[in-house]
Amino acid sequence: MSWRQLCRQFRKNRAAEISLYLIVVFIVTAVLADAFSPYDPFTLGDDTLLGPSAGHWMGTDDLGRDTLSRVIYGARVPLLVGFLATATSMLLGILIGSFSGYFGGRTDVILMRATEYVLVVPRFFLALLVVAMLGTGVMKIVLVIGLLGWPEVARVVRAQFLTLREREFVLAARAIGASHIKVIFGEILPNAIPPAVVVASILVARAILLEAGLSFLGLGDPNLISWGSLLSEAQERIGASVWLAVFPGTALSLLVLCVNLFGDGINDVLNPKLGKR
Amino acid sequence: MAILNFVLRRLFHALPLLVCVIVFNFCLIHLAPGDPIQALVGEFPAPESYIAEMRKNFGLDQPVYIQLLLYIKNILAGDLGFSFYYRQPVLSVILDRVPATLQLMLPALLFSAAIGILLGVLSARKPYSLADNTISVFSLFGYCVPAFWLGQMLMAAFAIELGWLPSQGMKTVGADLEGASLIVDRAAHLVLPFAALAIRHLAVNARMMRSSMLEVAYEDFVTVARAKGLNEKAVIARHMVPNALMPVVTIIGVDVGFLFTGSVLVESVFGWPGIGRLMYESIVKRDYPVLMGNFLITTALVVMVNLIVDLIYVWLDPRVKYTK
Repeated sequence: MSWRQLCRQFRKNRAAEISLYLIVVFIVTAVLADAFSPYDPFTLGDDTLLGPSAGHWMGTDDLGRDTLSRVIYGARVPLLVGFLATATSMLLGILIGSFSGYFGGRTDVILMRATEYVLVVPRFFLALLVVAMLGTGVMKIVLVIGLLGWPEVARVVRAQFLTLREREFVLAARAIGASHIKVIFGEILPNAIPPAVVVASILVARAILLEAGLSFLGLGDPNLISWGSLLSEAQERIGASVWLAVFPGTALSLLVLCVNLFGDGINDVLNPKLGKR
Repeated sequence: MAILNFVLRRLFHALPLLVCVIVFNFCLIHLAPGDPIQALVGEFPAPESYIAEMRKNFGLDQPVYIQLLLYIKNILAGDLGFSFYYRQPVLSVILDRVPATLQLMLPALLFSAAIGILLGVLSARKPYSLADNTISVFSLFGYCVPAFWLGQMLMAAFAIELGWLPSQGMKTVGADLEGASLIVDRAAHLVLPFAALAIRHLAVNARMMRSSMLEVAYEDFVTVARAKGLNEKAVIARHMVPNALMPVVTIIGVDVGFLFTGSVLVESVFGWPGIGRLMYESIVKRDYPVLMGNFLITTALVVMVNLIVDLIYVWLDPRVKYTK
């Protein structure tokens, strides 16, 4: 299918299309946070713990800081972590899945055993442990979440390689003397990408939730605002102002919802045979 | 006998995983900034004599591979270290908290499995009907809303605003309750964290069961059952559900790990004194031995639950043999 046909197919799923627009809105707002936020997110004010009002659409926190501005700036970390961690997982998962499926035999057994282990281990506990012991920081969080997300990708890619490696075009490539690396990355991998992309959308959503969880427990980057850390601040003052928790949590849930719906749309387009799940 | 064999073999398979976790903890101790002894003891002040003893026990003046062997030996002997914050051996600190977490997790697991499966079946009976769409929308939201935020919202609504339920802890502190009032008190404390934890898994199970039911709906054995003149209820209950359950049981097994994740966060929101709350406290107190021990014990628990799920799987599907 051509690119244009794919787009038309994608737009049949209205929920996915709207989700895509909303994700773009989230990204643009986060990138241009300086321009969009009405106040500086760190400036203290005299009006503390306000509810939503004309001056402060989402109210203020106990130090008089504007919640809307903090929610806008707070989008940066989850988005950054969501996409970078997923990119890391994809890279690793594709490498491991391709080698496992292509070479088979002992390579496959060892790599799949490792995959199984990472799937079984309580990964959030592991992430907590690593960040708590090695120190916080956005890049560390990206790395930890990224390094824990590859098994899902590896499994899907491996399954594709197992069926594709026996096909004629692979045999033909081998017959004209193409190297293993060339066959893996040039011939088979492009065909294995569509199902992996669908997994990627699930991973983005999960990475965003994981980052929020880590920040909620106080393991986020202390110098940056994130929805998780806003919810953590709100936890202590929830009796005084529930709004502190309402808005960051809504933003977080909405973004995760959009990513999931977008993923469903991609799934419909790339894997039409699988049908609606 | 076959079952015992199966269980033993699976446990034997899990052993390398636990060793991997121990080795991983060992690597963390050495990667952590500063002296490894700090990671072994935690940042809560410990007596000099204990530190000297730890140095000797873990062979910190010897080559790394000997340190690793000593570390594995100590852990496998059940010595996870001593927590100076709790003034107890790490193992007993953690085991003290396990029952509370299980009290929260098991009801959530069972409820979300039972009701999730039921909702999935109802949903799949008439795809795209009003009931199906309602259930689908609900499960989509349940799937996207983080459990800890849901917990905060439930707490704000039912504990703070309406005052119907307690917001913190697992029992009324200081109250000397007995009999029925004790059970009511415990149940009242359980409701909100349980709901926060269960809803996500309920959603996942309902979604999974729905698609699984729709997949078996076109299988030959279903057509045969209908052709035999079985009524629709019998076709669903006896032929579709047992077959559709298989992937759902797998997902429930995989989800146990996520249930632990949810419990760390939900326990922190509700001050529930389980291992999740312990994890949070040890992060704040920099009580590293408890953190590492917790990771190991939780992994072992997940392995155990997965084993139970596997047994259920074999029981559900006679084609799968214990020998596999």
